[in-house]
Amino acid sequence: MINRKIGRWLIILFSIIVLLVCISFVSLWVGSVGIHLHEIFDILSKGEGTAEYSILFQIRLPRIILGFAVGGALSLAGAILQGMFRNPLVEPYTLGISGGASLGVCLNIIFKWHAVIGVIAFPLSGFVGSASVILFVYTLSLKKGILKTQGMLLMGVMISFISSSLVMLLMAISRSEDLHGIILWIMGSLEEPNMLLIKIAFWGSLLGLLLSYFYCLDLNALALGDEEAIHLGVNVEKTKRMLFLIASILTGFSVSVAGIIGFVGLIVPHFIRMFTGADHRILFISSFLAGACFLIFCDTLARTVIAPMELPVGVITGIIGGVVFIYALSKKQVML
Amino acid sequence: MKETLLAVENLSCGYGKEIVLHDVSCRVSQGELIGIIGPNGCGKTTFLRSIAGILKPQNGDIFLGGKSLSRIHRKDLAQKIAVVSQFAEPILMTVSEYILLGRLPYYRKYQLFETKQDEAIVQRYMELTDLMGLKEMFMNRISGGERQLASIARALAQEPALLLLDEPTSHLDITHQVKILGLIKQLNTELSLTVIMVLHDLNLASEYASRLFLLEKGTIYKTGTPEEVLTYRTIEEVYKTTVIVEKSPLSGKPYIFLVTEEAKKSPMGSPMRPEKTGASLHHEREMRRDHD
Repeated sequence: MINRKIGRWLIILFSIIVLLVCISFVSLWVGSVGIHLHEIFDILSKGEGTAEYSILFQIRLPRIILGFAVGGALSLAGAILQGMFRNPLVEPYTLGISGGASLGVCLNIIFKWHAVIGVIAFPLSGFVGSASVILFVYTLSLKKGILKTQGMLLMGVMISFISSSLVMLLMAISRSEDLHGIILWIMGSLEEPNMLLIKIAFWGSLLGLLLSYFYCLDLNALALGDEEAIHLGVNVEKTKRMLFLIASILTGFSVSVAGIIGFVGLIVPHFIRMFTGADHRILFISSFLAGACFLIFCDTLARTVIAPMELPVGVITGIIGGVVFIYALSKKQVML
Repeated sequence: MKETLLAVENLSCGYGKEIVLHDVSCRVSQGELIGIIGPNGCGKTTFLRSIAGILKPQNGDIFLGGKSLSRIHRKDLAQKIAVVSQFAEPILMTVSEYILLGRLPYYRKYQLFETKQDEAIVQRYMELTDLMGLKEMFMNRISGGERQLASIARALAQEPALLLLDEPTSHLDITHQVKILGLIKQLNTELSLTVIMVLHDLNLASEYASRLFLLEKGTIYKTGTPEEVLTYRTIEEVYKTTVIVEKSPLSGKPYIFLVTEEAKKSPMGSPMRPEKTGASLHHEREMRRDHD
């Protein structure tokens, strides 16, 4: 039985990894500058120096890596939060993290902090914004050392509203050139010139995946309810606190580097759950990898559909994700 | 006298400032099947939750096998005490996955997968609870009675020394009531598993429990065998309701009949004569028996 289960899980993982590799290659290959598949080996053998080499390894590959990190992080965070709140409608942005981040970036654009400390000001202000929201929600929900998850959800939704209203207020009073920057950022993009940030996002998301596995069995038990989980010997408070922190930091990082890319964290864990069931041991890693696939795919579309112009990737994730999801729901009668 | 498994000493506990249990003391021996009864709000569930280690005592202490609950690590406690709650939630998880969660207290640190032994144990309790046919079904697709059985199987997979059940049959039809309580009785006699269960239904408590704790307003009003506790006088004092207690024709255990307001007032000729409370009916019957 156990061998059969692990076998089934390995098949699922293997298929997602094959898909991921294929999508990554396609993404490397297509773009506004046409590079034929057989040319890739040519370019590789010639090495650095050619224009094609730069396009592949300095423009397209970093985007793929960032797509992997952000897509993986967002859908892992979604899987964690949906499990923790026992609510399939929760996504990383429900807790107000994205609202905080966009407020931070708005303030940065309007007060021109980036002129003082450089481009790093964008992700930095985004991260500070999301971190302060996380701390705020966390401390307010922490009563006598106990994390009140239901209150936390409401609080997160309220903070989302407040910060999006504040963002709108800032947009209303800002100059038009700032407005453009704010809108672009809010729509989200995987365009990130800073290689260091991409590396941080990549390793950070993998670290989050690793850490989440220390709590995946406890999260399985939490599906039965807090008290039942305590009866099974689970340290419910610690598990919830750690998972909340992991999910928040994953989201915070993604938002600060890539802006707000919606739907990934909501839809991918849902979709994967249809194949894997609710066991978080397989759900975590498959959500991560599938999220990576999904975002790389959407980003490839975003930059090729109206090339050489680019669509905001958040638009693509929303449309594709929503449509595929509704289709899958109507085909497979799965209770969520 | 068998070994004492659970000792509750001068326990007071509750929720914040509101004290629900006042100075409760009792002992449960290895292999007993205890029924906790009492009116709504008397503290039955609170009592159970404090034994389960969910509610910390505000005063007094609870000892399991001579060791204070507060000194037992939560994982070790989960290997010793298993709890079946009133209502098993209809979650998206197969029955076998659900029962396997009962093995969680036995996982070592950093262990991610169950062992062959865990599987064998799950298999055994699935067979015992008659759930083999449903093992791949989802918990939210099976009936309430089957879910309750799965919940018991999960608790058994914890291989506890003490099984706590909070009104395990309150939402179920009589088929499942008899099946589940019969199973608990069987576990109690065959595996000499110690069981403490809260029951609402006095007749079920009488039929299945070897000893009863009758709670009233946060204290233990009376303990003893069903025959000792379930007398009409005690029930009328605690529940403030008129009843008639008879012997069950099969088991000889006390059986409680309710006396409705209508029956008390009903005209001559009906089984209950007018103006007669349970007390006077009993009195009359005892008199008659004496004459015979």
